[in-house]
Order: sequence, then structure tokens, then C-alpha cells
Amino acid sequence: MKQFLSFVKKEFHHIGRDKRTLFILLGMPIMQILIFGFALTNEVKNSQIAIFDQSNDLATQTLRSELDASRYFDIAQDLHSYQEIEGAFKKGKIKLAVIFPENFANHLNHFNTAQVQLIADASDPNVANTLTNYATAIIMDYQDRITNNRQLPYTIKTEMRMLYNPQLKGAYSFVPGVMAMVLMLVCTLMTAITIVREKELGTMEIMLVSPMQPFKIVVAKAVPYLLLSVVNITSILLLSVFVLDVPINGSLLLLIFESILYTLTCLAFGLFISTKTDSQQTAMFIALTGMFLPTIMLSGFMFPIENMPLPLRIISNIVPAKWFYYIVKEVMIKGLGIAAVWKETLVLTGMLLFLLVLSIRSFKIRLA
Amino acid sequence: MYSVIANNLKKQYGKKKDVVTALKGISFEVEQGELFGIIGPDGAGKTSLFRILTTLLLPDGGTASVDGLDVVKDFKAIRQRVGYMPGRFSLYQDLTIEENLDFFATIFNTTVKENYDLIKDIYSQIEPFKDRRAGKLSGGMKQKLALSCALIHKPSVLFLDEPTTGVDAVSRKEFWEMLRSLKKQGITILVSTPYMDEASLCDRVALIQNGEILSVNSPEGVINSFRQPLVAVKDSNMLQLLNDLQNFEGVQNAYPFGEYHHVVLKDGYSANTVSDFLQQHNYHQPDVKTIRADIEDCFIALMKVSGEL
Repeated sequence: MKQFLSFVKKEFHHIGRDKRTLFILLGMPIMQILIFGFALTNEVKNSQIAIFDQSNDLATQTLRSELDASRYFDIAQDLHSYQEIEGAFKKGKIKLAVIFPENFANHLNHFNTAQVQLIADASDPNVANTLTNYATAIIMDYQDRITNNRQLPYTIKTEMRMLYNPQLKGAYSFVPGVMAMVLMLVCTLMTAITIVREKELGTMEIMLVSPMQPFKIVVAKAVPYLLLSVVNITSILLLSVFVLDVPINGSLLLLIFESILYTLTCLAFGLFISTKTDSQQTAMFIALTGMFLPTIMLSGFMFPIENMPLPLRIISNIVPAKWFYYIVKEVMIKGLGIAAVWKETLVLTGMLLFLLVLSIRSFKIRLA
Repeated sequence: MYSVIANNLKKQYGKKKDVVTALKGISFEVEQGELFGIIGPDGAGKTSLFRILTTLLLPDGGTASVDGLDVVKDFKAIRQRVGYMPGRFSLYQDLTIEENLDFFATIFNTTVKENYDLIKDIYSQIEPFKDRRAGKLSGGMKQKLALSCALIHKPSVLFLDEPTTGVDAVSRKEFWEMLRSLKKQGITILVSTPYMDEASLCDRVALIQNGEILSVNSPEGVINSFRQPLVAVKDSNMLQLLNDLQNFEGVQNAYPFGEYHHVVLKDGYSANTVSDFLQQHNYHQPDVKTIRADIEDCFIALMKVSGEL
């Protein structure tokens, strides 16, 4: 035991004395949360639109000011002919054009129907879709108001409620994603390097000619990074609650337990890489391609897994981040308990045990 | 009882096409408490041999034992009791002197206090700098620290792989003095070195070349086994001199050696015959003197016999 503690202490010295790396390890999650929270977001806000109002009556003016008042749109330009529309899009300033035909209010009042045309820049299909939806919603709102006191023969009204994330905030999905990514980076990448570094420096040669058992070396290597990850988990959660207003709806204890389980899985994977490689560069490369890319692409954080072709969906099952991402969403956002995530927890535990046994078994007790 | 026994050890690297044979069947015994030197140039197989004896590599053939324990089967027991200092400085550069020593003491289930006597002479020299990081030490200090760390658990056999390579002359001398005093504590020491002049400081030496042992003997024994007459020759034009000497019928081997050329003569020739020969070839005042062979001469002669030169 004394051996083990002494080894852990040594690992702490290594990490603590490499100030730059330590700074990156502890600063990275904070940076990422802030960047994702404030800079990178797929919410659409303040899009520039143009209006071509051929009617210019009470109704169109009301609609116009309602569009302008919403936080999604800013009216950048008024158009005066159809020819101008294309020009405005080509300049790239506007994302959406709203066109009211002549006699809009007249038609509405006398024929009970009027048309409005929405032209969107679909070079980014998602944004175009979102914008037309927002605009439609505002127009429907207006329609509801003017038809309120009249009885219409057949109407189906859709009542929508966005559960768990009523404001449709992006933060609700990227906080779990960033957690999965950061913990993976810190744990897998850093531990992958650590055993290999001892091989490169030659210190492994001395460690091998000592009574220290291999599994103690492997486990002792993981301990400091586990603690570092707990610090990171804490800072991510604090930031998301107090800065991004993402609540922790479920049990905090369960969330921390699951995070530690995931951390351990990543650590075990990192250790496995480092027992199999001989240079820090190779270890880093494998950790990045083997873990980082799949985490970003196949965890469901950036791209929905449901839309992927079958082979990718199958492969995504071996990415620990996928399971962890799911668990965090269920626990943190939806507020569910262990009953909802026990299967995923079991999968992670299985992965952890498998990787741990694998890395202890593949630890070389000799040089070649 | 022998402390270290190597019996026909073989080691190869690489697969099928480009196989490099590092050891071609090496056998020797080291007695308990002996200071045993393994002398040979770079690439002779010294490090491979040490790594097999310290259980870091598996031999491809032959057997070896340390303290009566088999290096393959009983590797765990061997790792408890040997001290090993690899050729490259292999301590933690970002830990201080004291932390390194404490760490290795704990790893070997002991404390610095317990075996302080053993390392006192060595460690006291670097103790004033104990808060300095190992990476910031000079070559000689690193080597003292590495030796302290290898000794801290009072090993019964100490393996030192090229401990004096890259260390200045004064530190080298000090280091060998430290080894002599360690020997008095009854520790068996195996030390490898490419420097021939260090051979005379060992109890016995094994001369090794291309994975083969050329001779195992005491330094005096090695020198005494050199029976040919040997002369040192010097003149103003050394290059021409060497060429001329090599054409002399009485010369078995001639090679540059410091400021002189060493010339091994066939039986029946002497310094005088060389002098005569040179004067016939227009050398006016050649400096020719009979000398006693040293280890390097013996090594060169042995290599010549084994067909390496």
C-alpha cells in the first residue's frame, strides 16, 4: 500500500510540476463550456430579413412590426420590386424575404383568405427551415388573434409543449456533450501518454526491475487523473447551472456517480492504449482518432445517431461517450433516476471492466 | 557459490529477413562479492546481456541465474533483490533528488533511513542539492543519484550498464572509487564499459565483441596472456610510418595508439630490428621502445584472432 501511495504521490508531482499542461487540463472544460454557451450555438437569433410590402395596409403593417419585434428577426431592408429580391439574397445580407401581395387586408377581410410568401435562403437548409417556421408561427399568431371572436367551422389547433427544455436552449444538449468530450480528452489522452512517457524516458526500465506489481503501476497512474476529472466535472456543472441556466433536474449524486464511471472507462481506455504503444506520439494519435473523433461524431451530441446508416449505428454502441451522453441527458435534463438509466450504466461498467482487465493483462512485464 | 551465472546465452532481434544477433552464446560466472567488468565497444551486446540478467528481456537460448534464481522463471524474486542502473539516465527528471530517492526506497519496501549507511558516501556528495530537480543536475551528479537509487534497497547484485559513459574524467575516477568501497560491503557488482582503461579497476573482466566473449580473466591475467613482443614507434610522418611498418615482415599487427603506433611483432623480432628496418627506410631518428601491453592491446589482439579485424 505504501508503494502504491508513493507512486500516486509521484504522479501528482508529475502533473503539478507541468504547470502548462495542468492549466490546459483544468482550463479546457471552462473554455469549452463558455465557447459552446456563448459563441457556438445553433439557435437562430436576429436574422436579417427583407420585406416587400405591396399592400401597405393595416394588416401588413401589424405583421411587419410583429416580425420586427420578435427576437428572431431584424428587418434590414424594404424591397420595392420582385427584381430586388434576388439581388438582396445575392448580397448575402438577408436570410428570408417576406412578400405581401397587393390588397392583403382587403382579401383577408372579404374573402377570408390572404396569401403571404416566404422566400428563404436554403443554402443552409436547417436555418432556412427554422426561419420559415418562426415566421409562420408569428403569422399564425396574428391570424389567431383576428379570428378569435369568430367561430370557424373546422379547425385543428396544435398545442405544443416543449418538455424538459421549454425555451429550446442549445445548452441543454451541449452541456452533456461537452462533459462527455472533456472527460474523454482529459482521461484518455493524458493517461495514454503517461505510461508511454515512462517507457520513452527509460524510467519504466527501472520500474520493471522492482517489486512493484504491474496492476499497481497501472492503477496508480489513473488515480490523479480521476481526481482531476472530478474537479472538471464540478466546474462544468457549476458553470452550466450558474452561467448557462441549465438546471440539474435529477439527483446530483447519481450524476456524479455516472460521471465517475465514465471517467474510469476513459482512463482504462487510455491506459490500454499506453500499454500497447511505444511512443507518446503514437499514443496521442491513437487516442485522438480512436476516441476523440468517435466521441464527437458518434455520441449523438453533434449528429443524431437515429439518422445514421446501420453500420454506423452499430459502431456507435462501442463508443462510451454515446452511453454517457444519454445518461447525462436523462438524469440532468429530464430528472430521471437510476431506474431509467440502469441499462446504460451496466454497459459502461462492462466496458470499464473489460478495458481494465485488458490493460492490466497487456501490461508488458518485460521490455520486449 | 556463484552470484551470476550465464550459460550459453543467445539473443536475436528482428524477424526472419533482418535478424540482428546480439548475443551468440555467452557464458561466464561471477563470484559473490566480485567486481566484474564487461568490456566491449558499442554494439557488442553489453546492454542486451544486462537486460537478460535483470529479467527485462527473455533469452532466445541458454540459461542464466542471479543469486541462484533463474532469470526466466524466478523473475519476480530477482526483481526484489537486484539493483539496476540502465545506461541512460532513467530517474524522474521532474522530481528532486530527495523525492527520487524516497520514491525508489518506498518502491523497494524500505526507507532511506534504513539503508543510509550504504549510500552515505555517495549520497552525502549530492545531499546539499537535495531540493534540486534531477533534470537540472550535472552528469556526474545524475550518476551519483542513479547509483544511490539503485543501491537504496541493499541489493545483493548490482548491475551497472555503462555508468561512466558521458561522464568527465574526474567523476569517472570517483565513481570507480565508490564501486571499490561498495565491493567491501559484499555486494556483487557487474559493470559494463566501453573504456578499456577502466578494465584494470575490476577484479575480473570479460572482453566482449559482436556478441561473443573473447576472454574472461583478471586484468593482470589478460595482460600476461599477451606474449608477443610489443613496441611503440613514433616519428614525424606518422601516416607514412604506419604504412611502412605494415609492410615489415616482422610485424604481426600495427595500429595507431595515441601519439605512438603500437606494433605487435612476431616472435624473434624486437625493438632493435624495427629500428634497423626503419633506418633502412630513411627514418633518421625513429623513436622505438619496447612496452608492456595494456588491456587495449590485448583486446585488439583478441579481436584479430577471432577474425574481427
